[in-house]
Amino acid sequence: MTRLSQKEIAIGVAAILFLALAAMLPFVDQGYYLSLAVNITLYAALCTAWTLFSGPTHYVSLATAAFFGLGTYAVALWVDVLPFPLLVGFGAVAAGALAALVGVATLRLSGVYFVIFTLGLAELVRQIVTWAQGKFTTRMGLYVFTDLREMHIYWMLLALTALVFLTGWLINRSRLGFAMRIIGDDETVARHSGIDTAKAKIALFVISGAFIGIAGAICAPRYGYIQATTAFNPMTSFLVVIMALLGGTKRLWGPIVGVIPFVILMDFITVRFSNYMPIAMGLSFLAIVFLLPQGVTGRLEQVWNRLQSRRTAKPAAEKAA
Amino acid sequence: MSAVILGVHAARKAFGGLVAVNDVSFEVRQGELLGLIGPNGSGKTTMLNLISGALKPTTGEIALEGERISGLSAHRIARKGVARTFQLVRVLPSMSAAQNVMAGAVFGRRRLWGEAALHLSHELLERVGLKGRGDMPVGAMTYIDQKRVELARALASDPRVLLLDEWLAGLNPSELKIGIALIEQVNREGRTIIMVEHVMDAIRSLCGRCVVMSSGVKIAEGGVDETLSNPEVIRAYLGDDDA
Repeated sequence: MTRLSQKEIAIGVAAILFLALAAMLPFVDQGYYLSLAVNITLYAALCTAWTLFSGPTHYVSLATAAFFGLGTYAVALWVDVLPFPLLVGFGAVAAGALAALVGVATLRLSGVYFVIFTLGLAELVRQIVTWAQGKFTTRMGLYVFTDLREMHIYWMLLALTALVFLTGWLINRSRLGFAMRIIGDDETVARHSGIDTAKAKIALFVISGAFIGIAGAICAPRYGYIQATTAFNPMTSFLVVIMALLGGTKRLWGPIVGVIPFVILMDFITVRFSNYMPIAMGLSFLAIVFLLPQGVTGRLEQVWNRLQSRRTAKPAAEKAA
Repeated sequence: MSAVILGVHAARKAFGGLVAVNDVSFEVRQGELLGLIGPNGSGKTTMLNLISGALKPTTGEIALEGERISGLSAHRIARKGVARTFQLVRVLPSMSAAQNVMAGAVFGRRRLWGEAALHLSHELLERVGLKGRGDMPVGAMTYIDQKRVELARALASDPRVLLLDEWLAGLNPSELKIGIALIEQVNREGRTIIMVEHVMDAIRSLCGRCVVMSSGVKIAEGGVDETLSNPEVIRAYLGDDDA
């Protein structure tokens, strides 16, 4: 539990090598592939952060857009007066605080009610921001001018993704992670074993929300011009859910398996058949729910287990014969 | 006589107009094995739910070693030392037997972690008769083995009071013998137990004392033999003609 196994060390080394390799990308290409890679790392960070909470609890949160938008606005509002790293911190705190509020108010709600509440919340925050902009300023958006270029954003998102993974791994090894697995299995047992289920869930929702807020803050300079409709775009929430489910939410590395093909596919569709984007999204969502309810990784695990049991069953059968 | 460890004082639970537990009082002493019996729907499981904090009493008080626990949330009560099993066995299906037991060791009164928790889990699994099966997924286990895991999980938290909700129900005659021996062994180690049970043989052979409930009211309390021959108790179980 506390010492690192050989396998863990091997995975760690492989992850660092892969990260280093991925960080080289801007030296090879600064155009299309870099932009595609930014999208992939962005959704890798978002989906993994989302899964930190929604994976073990099975609570589908559609508040991603709210956390993301808060992060974006934290940067947009003060980018001219405060240093960028500080604003990224602001984004994390604002999103984390919102997550805590939502958690306290709603995590006692079950399943469907939580989904609807989080969707409504993202809309509410967007409406409030739009209203406040109309009321107190004359502009509909905010400009974000920085020296940060696409590659800097890419590196920051890559670092964020690595941080999310590291956090997820640490949580899985901690009491909190064990508590979440028990809660996911049977909340009644969890409570009667001495787990403060509400506190554990809120803690994880805050961590997840803060990471999403950071992602939003990092992306602000990429958009350049921030409007409530883009920063709080509900599409972000839906895409995150679809990609995470496609990859599978049982493992930490599950979502990323969904993110890579899906972002590439999405890019392809937007370029060739941009009008059909919503249809493609709806169809892919249906396909995932019907064909891969456990996600790609869940499916692979099933196949693997079946092969394993066949392999162990065969010698036993031969011995019996 | 040993000290009172759990005191239930005029506990009442009403669901709207239905009073499931009607001002019930009783005490449990350190090291005692108390049987909580009564016909179906008499409020036994509700009583256990009040003690373990799954439900909060409408009125009345429940105290653990003199300290009020009624009104606290279930996880607080669990940490203070009340562990339970469930009427329909509840194991953690995605985990191994040892991990199931660890849940009690990590979050219960002991609050162990890492090697210590794992070690204790294997030790307890051995004690309930599952030696060497710690890595087995609980989903692949038989009903009685899952019940054993559940018992080990409850014991892992080092409870001051252990609540068994029909732990022996659904076992076949030979399993029943094993089950009774196991509970007896746990009690002999000094564990205070309250058991809700329908298996009268088990009550007779295990319990020193029992509390009988009927329609939410306590109708009798005392030594097992005298209580079970009490006309009111017989009436509650079998109806007027047999009393």
